[in-house]
Amino acid sequence: MSEVLLTATGLTKRFGGLAAVNNVSLALWRDRIHAVIGPNGAGKSTLANLLSGDLPPTDGQVMLCGADITGWTPERISRQGLGRSYQKTNIFQAFTVWDNVRLAAQSRQSQQPWNPLGWLLNASKSIATNDRATRAIELSGLKDRREAMAGAISHGEQRQLEIAMTLATEPQVLLLDEPLAGMGVAEAQRMVELLLKLKADHAILLVEHDMDAVFALADHLTVMVNGQVIASGTPEAIRSNADVQAAYLGEEQA
Amino acid sequence: MSTPRANLEVFPRSVRLMLWLGLAALAAFPFVGGDFYVQMVTRMMILAIFAMSLDLLQGVSGLVSLGHAAYFGLAGYALAFLMPQNEATSIWLTLPLSVLASGLAALVIGFFVVRTHGIYFIMVTMAFAQMVFFLFFDNKALGGSDGLYINFKPTVSLGGWTLMDLDDKKTLYFFTLATLLLVYGFLRRLLWSPFGRALAGIRINEHRMRALGFGTFGYKLTAFSLAGALAGLAGYLWGVQTGYINPELMGFHMSAHAIMMVILGGMGNFAGAIVGAFGFEVVLHLFKDLPQVGSVQLGKHWQLWMGSFIVLVVIFAPRGLLGLAGRLGRHKGAVDE
Repeated sequence: MSEVLLTATGLTKRFGGLAAVNNVSLALWRDRIHAVIGPNGAGKSTLANLLSGDLPPTDGQVMLCGADITGWTPERISRQGLGRSYQKTNIFQAFTVWDNVRLAAQSRQSQQPWNPLGWLLNASKSIATNDRATRAIELSGLKDRREAMAGAISHGEQRQLEIAMTLATEPQVLLLDEPLAGMGVAEAQRMVELLLKLKADHAILLVEHDMDAVFALADHLTVMVNGQVIASGTPEAIRSNADVQAAYLGEEQA
Repeated sequence: MSTPRANLEVFPRSVRLMLWLGLAALAAFPFVGGDFYVQMVTRMMILAIFAMSLDLLQGVSGLVSLGHAAYFGLAGYALAFLMPQNEATSIWLTLPLSVLASGLAALVIGFFVVRTHGIYFIMVTMAFAQMVFFLFFDNKALGGSDGLYINFKPTVSLGGWTLMDLDDKKTLYFFTLATLLLVYGFLRRLLWSPFGRALAGIRINEHRMRALGFGTFGYKLTAFSLAGALAGLAGYLWGVQTGYINPELMGFHMSAHAIMMVILGGMGNFAGAIVGAFGFEVVLHLFKDLPQVGSVQLGKHWQLWMGSFIVLVVIFAPRGLLGLAGRLGRHKGAVDE
């Protein structure tokens, strides 16, 4: 059964006189993929940063799993149930794949750095954390690359690792900023399959440039241009929307 | 994007062997070395504890503090104030209180400084340390520029029994060695704890750590306070050994030397800090003892030679002396990861 996990209402971000995101509202449902598309500079990544707490909004409200998270820090929003991946690969390059995912999973352990009892534990021996990390790594298809250095694996695998780290925090809402960026055809196909698998028990916001993937995946589309939403609806409705064709799809096909 | 070099956290066999040999040498040294050298090595071990405490910030967490000596000196002053003028007090009282004084100071100062990043962190830690320095330097009641004498060594007794006499140079040597090993064992354990792993994550990519749900402020503040307390432990031992404490011990040079020790030995694994402290002191003495050539006193310009030496180490052995030892121990043709 579907339920609303995240709602944004009238979200606005101004940098000086420029409204990078202007009065954007959207709702994310469990078991649905909501894609945000738009040309470069439309404000998609800024929107993602507003939802994840990387940037504080100038105006508007965000509700996540029943809590008003407007103005919260990224770490608090993460613990409230939002996991995000980044457009530019943002991993711990000097760690192995396993250590990346294990550290991400560790974030759901009790966090009391000041507690001396925790200083003598061995991080690699927490069963709950290891289980979470193992699940995330198997789900994302990196099982065979566990011991590789994260900085040395292929670009596509790094994108998979991004997702694996996000999954290891066991989020309710997934915020994926261009997960397919720079991927080859086969890699992209695998990622599309993974996202369809994740859809079942997550609400997913997908910011993506790859139109084939977007129309293959999305249940709902929001089109942004210059910080504003110019259209929102099902893929079919968006495909036939004249404004969208003029502003965006037309350019892509030309 | 280039791959950042990982710290040498897991030691190859050659390094482990070297460390065990070093420990054996330290344990045997008082039986062969004279009093002068026993005192000198005690001093090096104290500096090694100090360097390890800084490595928790600099090497593990990526927080380069240019004011770490403040916490070293504060514990020494705490000891000076706690020790009466005409009789000795117990170590059970003075040690915990002195360490606590440094830890608390680090907690309060850390509350402000760990919010800053990069170059700002370096500048703000230095600014706070200079404030502490001048608080003591300009204040006659706190000993002023002359510092304070600590007339007695703290007693170590239990139920009327004297367990050891820290006035004895060899006893103090072994007490310091035991403390060094305890601190090293504790920090190595901490390195692999969830807390230590989170600190390593913060060093590599703090932004991502926050996005994953880590409240990095609490981690950094805890590390800063703990490092301050351990620096205090070293400063306490310094006060016990020398019987004298002055503002210079909290000064800029002391902080900078600690940074160089950690870089020289190799960051982020605590053994490097120990090797670096010993290496730094040995090289320092070598440079200071350089002879006069013509009309130039080479030894007088030791800072010039020391600076060049550190530059060479950074260029040719970026992972420090310990990393060099690890590399030598590997088979020819093996690639540095």
